[in-house]
Amino acid sequence: MSAESPESASAEEQKEMEDKVISPEKVEEAKLKARYPHLGQKPGGSDFLRKRLQKGQKYFDSGDYNMAKAKMKNKQLPTAAPDKTEVTGDHIPTPQDLPQRKPSLVASKLAG
Amino acid sequence: MAGAGGGGNDIQWCFSQVKGAVDDDVAEADIISTVEFNHSGELLATGDKGGRVVIFQQEQENKIQSLSRGEYNVYSTFQSHEPEFDYLKSLEIEEKINKIRWLPQKNAAQFLLSTNDKTIKLWKISERDKRPEGYNLKEEDGRYRDPSTVTTLRVPVFRPMDLMVEASPRRIFANAHTYHINSISINSDYETYLSADDLRINLWHLEITDRSFNIVDIKPANMEELTEVITAAEFHPNSCNTFVYSSSKGTIRLCDMRASALCDRHSKLFEEPEDPSNRSFFSEIISSISDVKFSHSGRYMMTRDYLSVKIWDLNMENRPVETYQVHEYLRSKLCSLYENDCIFDKFECCWNGSDSVVMTGSYNNFFRMFDRNTKRDITLEASRENNKPRTVLKPRKVCASGKRKKDEISVDSLDFNKKILHTAWHPKENIIAVATTNNLYIFQDKVN
Repeated sequence: MSAESPESASAEEQKEMEDKVISPEKVEEAKLKARYPHLGQKPGGSDFLRKRLQKGQKYFDSGDYNMAKAKMKNKQLPTAAPDKTEVTGDHIPTPQDLPQRKPSLVASKLAG
Repeated sequence: MAGAGGGGNDIQWCFSQVKGAVDDDVAEADIISTVEFNHSGELLATGDKGGRVVIFQQEQENKIQSLSRGEYNVYSTFQSHEPEFDYLKSLEIEEKINKIRWLPQKNAAQFLLSTNDKTIKLWKISERDKRPEGYNLKEEDGRYRDPSTVTTLRVPVFRPMDLMVEASPRRIFANAHTYHINSISINSDYETYLSADDLRINLWHLEITDRSFNIVDIKPANMEELTEVITAAEFHPNSCNTFVYSSSKGTIRLCDMRASALCDRHSKLFEEPEDPSNRSFFSEIISSISDVKFSHSGRYMMTRDYLSVKIWDLNMENRPVETYQVHEYLRSKLCSLYENDCIFDKFECCWNGSDSVVMTGSYNNFFRMFDRNTKRDITLEASRENNKPRTVLKPRKVCASGKRKKDEISVDSLDFNKKILHTAWHPKENIIAVATTNNLYIFQDKVN
């Protein structure tokens, strides 16, 4: 530390102590806000709940699918984006994206 | 609990059995999603993400020898739910079994309720150990005989056969939930049960599948105003008119069905006041209650939120009577736990038979027990490394910061993919079932 007056030195010390006393939660919050500045103002609010309620939503348009298949013939159809939370519109689903409707044919390994 | 200089009351937990595949490559279908003992503790049911139920039965013979309590062996296994697709709503319906609840035994057969996100099923599990033999018109292998070749008649008789356990669906309770079912709970009247989804709770009669009564509805008129969802619900163990439901905001509401048909107005609201200066982005998320369980006595209830277990006295709404920290060291990791979604993990909790000890899971395949009387707690690990029967499990310790002692594990070394979300305690004995991702561990206390 450079030459500082005794008062400001102790004020700095005090602030350092206060910083340590700030809850670890607030420190984590600051970290998160630094990484995602646009994170919603309403924590745990509607966005997050609505996403929870929408779980399982998958969209498939057989018309789109068959048209795309016809156009492309033997070529590969574009595959789904890795983030499959909202599959709508532009993306043309492929058989891999279609819901698996077969139940488990194998017995549980717990019963093995 | 195996504490230092443990007194007579301390339980020493030993490995007993482990079920499931050894390999690390876990198929999604094998992920265990629920574990439940029946009322006598003789049967132990598990449900998985593949919609399958496996029931284990405790063998009775060894109990007499008292070397250990009986082992659990496979009794029955069946496909409870299958994947479905709701074409009208473009909704994929997972076959994952969210909950299993046993009915108390009324006759020779066993009954359980199992549910996925949308449909609850009542399964009958019955034993067959005799079969009729000596038909006149059928051969032993099942081929039909030509009646004209029959010259004498005999009376078919029942003869013993190898035990066969059959599971059959007796009732299917469908189409009553728009949102995802998180809980089912059987009433103490043994005639009705409730099912709860994110926004509504329905009351059913076990015999009637084409109708259910809506008893709680928290759906706002405008979905933009949605601020909280129902996370768990349970009937009181003795009062058939009382049930509770917990929310994503950390509150528990107790409702009395005698007060009105629609229990939107609670009789009691349990909420711990929060210091507003401590509030952060994470506060609400970590206060979300993932499980609520009444004590066997019915006097208390336990809730599990992300970092703690709380015991509430039903007579006191303004704060819990006991709070136990499960893994407080995670508070300084909330940012990364939010990023990897672990902060949304839903841990369950359970009581022992006498309501003196509570248990819940954590990460790194650790699970925790809190003794309410001695105030001691212990951390144990479900791992195949400890699998010599009757060897006492070594307590684990997590080092939050600073110098790590020998045998301690530092927070940064914890494996957050190894989570113990589901645990169950035998209703009468010190036998516990602990589910890791795809394995089921059974531990017992040391029998001398």
